[in-house]
Amino acid sequence: MSTLLSVRELTMRFGGLTAIDQLSLEVPASKITGIIGPNGAGKTTLFNCLTGFYKPTTGTLRLNHPDRGEIRLESLPSHRVARDAQVVRTFQNIRLFPKMTVLENLIVAQHNVLQRASKFSIAGIFALPGYRKAEGEAMARAGTWLHRLNLEQFADHAAGDLPYGIQRRIEIARALCVNPVLLCLDEPAAGLNPRESAELNELLLYLSGELGIAILLIEHDMSVVMNVSDHICVINYGRKIAEGSPEKVQNDPHVIKAYLGEDDEDEASGGIAA
Amino acid sequence: MSTVVFARHQVTATERFRDAGWVAFVALILGIPLIGLTTVDGGGALEVETRFGVLAIFVVVSFVGRLGLRWLIDTMGARKLERLRDDSNKSAGISPVKVVNILGWIALGASIALPIMYSDNRYVVDTATTVLIYVMLGWGLNVVVGLAGLLDLGYVAFYAVGAYSYALLSTQYGWGFWEALPVSGGLAATFGILLGYPILRLRGDYLAIVTLGFGEIIRIILVNWTEFSNGPNGISSIPRPSLFGLDFTRSPAEGEQTFASFFGIEYSPMHRLIFLYYLILVLALLTHAFVSRLRKLPIGRAWEALREDEIACQAMGMNTTNIKLSAFAIGAMLGGFAGMFFAARQGFISPESFTFTESAIILAIVVLGGMGSQMGVVLAATLLVLIPEFGRNFSEYRMLLFGAAMVLIMVWKPSGLLSHREPTLRLSRGGAAINDAVKEAAQ
Repeated sequence: MSTLLSVRELTMRFGGLTAIDQLSLEVPASKITGIIGPNGAGKTTLFNCLTGFYKPTTGTLRLNHPDRGEIRLESLPSHRVARDAQVVRTFQNIRLFPKMTVLENLIVAQHNVLQRASKFSIAGIFALPGYRKAEGEAMARAGTWLHRLNLEQFADHAAGDLPYGIQRRIEIARALCVNPVLLCLDEPAAGLNPRESAELNELLLYLSGELGIAILLIEHDMSVVMNVSDHICVINYGRKIAEGSPEKVQNDPHVIKAYLGEDDEDEASGGIAA
Repeated sequence: MSTVVFARHQVTATERFRDAGWVAFVALILGIPLIGLTTVDGGGALEVETRFGVLAIFVVVSFVGRLGLRWLIDTMGARKLERLRDDSNKSAGISPVKVVNILGWIALGASIALPIMYSDNRYVVDTATTVLIYVMLGWGLNVVVGLAGLLDLGYVAFYAVGAYSYALLSTQYGWGFWEALPVSGGLAATFGILLGYPILRLRGDYLAIVTLGFGEIIRIILVNWTEFSNGPNGISSIPRPSLFGLDFTRSPAEGEQTFASFFGIEYSPMHRLIFLYYLILVLALLTHAFVSRLRKLPIGRAWEALREDEIACQAMGMNTTNIKLSAFAIGAMLGGFAGMFFAARQGFISPESFTFTESAIILAIVVLGGMGSQMGVVLAATLLVLIPEFGRNFSEYRMLLFGAAMVLIMVWKPSGLLSHREPTLRLSRGGAAINDAVKEAAQ
C-alpha cells in the first residue's frame, strides 16, 4: 500500500517541555491508522502539528496528495492544510458552530468551493446560475452525508442544542464535507454509548474501505481502535513505543508497561484498563 | 435541563375579599386626612369640613378596583401558565419569523407614509431621519458585531471618515453628493481594513479596547490637524444633495432650475427635509437588502461561523484573516455611507459629532436589538432615539430615563429584543437536489 503521509523525526517543544520527541510515522492511503497512548502522551499535539495549529520545532510532515503531489504540511497555516492538502480534523472537545443549524454547519465546511463560485459575492448577490449550481451541489453533498450519518431529522436544528453523541456525528459529517484525503479524528467515540460506537466502527470502515479516505484515529475506546485499525501506533511521553497490527500491539511488553505499569509496581499504579 | 413545574396556588373567593378589604382599609386610613377632611376659607379663618360621602365612594372604588385588578392579574397569570403548558406540549402556532416579517412590513409602510402624514411638521420628519441614520449605522455595525462577533467600540470612526471625506471633497474640490458616495464608502472600507490588520489576532475585550482607541485616534486627528479638517471649528456649508440635479433652494442659480420651479410648486423648506428623509430611507433599505443577502451567502455564513468558533473555521479550511477583514471593510463602508449622509444633511460637521458616546449608542442599538437581528436594530434604534426625545420634557432626568430603559430591556430580554435567529437555508428548501443525492447514496 502506498504511503499517504510520512512523519519524519517530528519534535515539538513548548519551552522546556518536549511534547513530541523524534516521532516518525507512516500513514498508508485508504487505511485506518490508530494512535493510542496514555493521557498526555502527545497524541493531540501530533494532530495540532499535522493540521497547522502548531509549528513543529523540527521534523517534516510530507503528504503525497493524490492530485497535487507532495505537500509539506509543516509549512502551511492551518486553513491551508484543510483547503489545499485536504487534511481535515475533528476535535476532542467538539467544536461545532453551535447556534447554526446542522445543515449550515455542513455548508460552512464547503466555504471555499462556494466562495470561489460566488466570485467575491458578486455572483452570489445576484444569484447567477454558476453560483446557484455550486450551491445546489453543496446542498447535495451535505444531504448525502446527512443521510449517510443518519442526521436528516436534525438538519434544521441548532447544532449546539443536540445531544452529545449526535454532535460527534455532526462533526464527522462536517469534516467529510471538506472532502478530505486524510481524516484526523480526535477521540470520536468519547461519550458515545456502545450502540453508537458500533455505528461509528461501521462508518469508519465504510469511509476507508469504500471511499478510500485515509483515517488517523486517536481513541481511548479499545473496542473501536482494535476493531477498525489496520495499523496502530502507540505513543508515550511523545515517543513512539510500539507499532504494528492490533494483535501485535496488544501483546507488546512496552505497551502493557505504559498502560499498566511494570510488574513490581502493579498495585501502586492502578493501570488503565483497555 | 431543568423541568418547569406548573403548580400554582388557587385563590379562593374569601382570600380575594380579604385582600380587597385590606386595601379598602388602607384607603380609609389614608383617605380620612386626605379626602375626608378639607379646609374651606370661612371668611378670615380656615374651617375644617368633612366629606364623608366622597370618602365612602373612594373606599368603595378602592375595594372594587382591587378586587377587579386581583381577578385580572390572576386570570392573566392562569392564561400565561396555560400557554406555557401548551408550549411544552406542542410548539407555538405562530412562528416568531412571521411576526417579525409582519412587523417589518408595517414598519416599512409606516416609514413611507410618515412624511406624507406629517408633511408640515419639521420636528417629526427630522427625528425620523435621525432614527433612520441610526438604523443604517446599526445595520452596518451588525455585520461586524452581530454576525462576525467582533466587538467594535470605535465604529464612529468610520462614520467620521465618511462624513469628512464628503465634506472635504465637496467643499475643496466641488464634488457632488452622488459622485462622492462611492469614494466615501471606499475610503471608509479602506480604513476598516487598516484597522482590521493589526487586530486580527485579538478577540473580545482586547479587540474592544483597540477599536475604542482607533475611534478616539480618528477624532483626535480631526480635532488637531487644523489645516486638514479645520479642527474643532468643523467644516461648514457642505452642499446638500440634489435630486437628479434639482436643488432644494428658494431661488434657482443662473440658468438652473430648483425642485420647486421644475415641478411648478411653491417653494417650501420642507421639500428638502422630506427628500433627505426618503434618501436615507432608500439608503437604509439598500443596506438592509445588501446585508440580508450577504448573510445568506458563503461570506455571511463564514462571518457567523467565525463568531461561533474561530478554531473550527480554520480546521474547515477557511481563511479567517480574509473573513475578518471583509467584515470590517463592509461594516465600515456602510458606516461611511451613513456618515456621508449625515454630513450632507447637517451641512456642518465637527469632531464633536463623532465622540465615543455615538459608538456606544450604535453598539447599544445592536446589542439591545438582538445580535445579528435586522429587525431588532430597527426596534432598538427607534427606542434609543425616541426615548431621549420624549424625555425632553423631563429635562435633566432625560439620561436617567434613557439608562433605566436600557437596564429594563436588558433585564426583560437579556439576549436582545428580537433574538431569534433564522437559518440561512433549510433542508426542505434544498428540495430536488437533496432528494437526488439521497437516492444516489441509497443505491
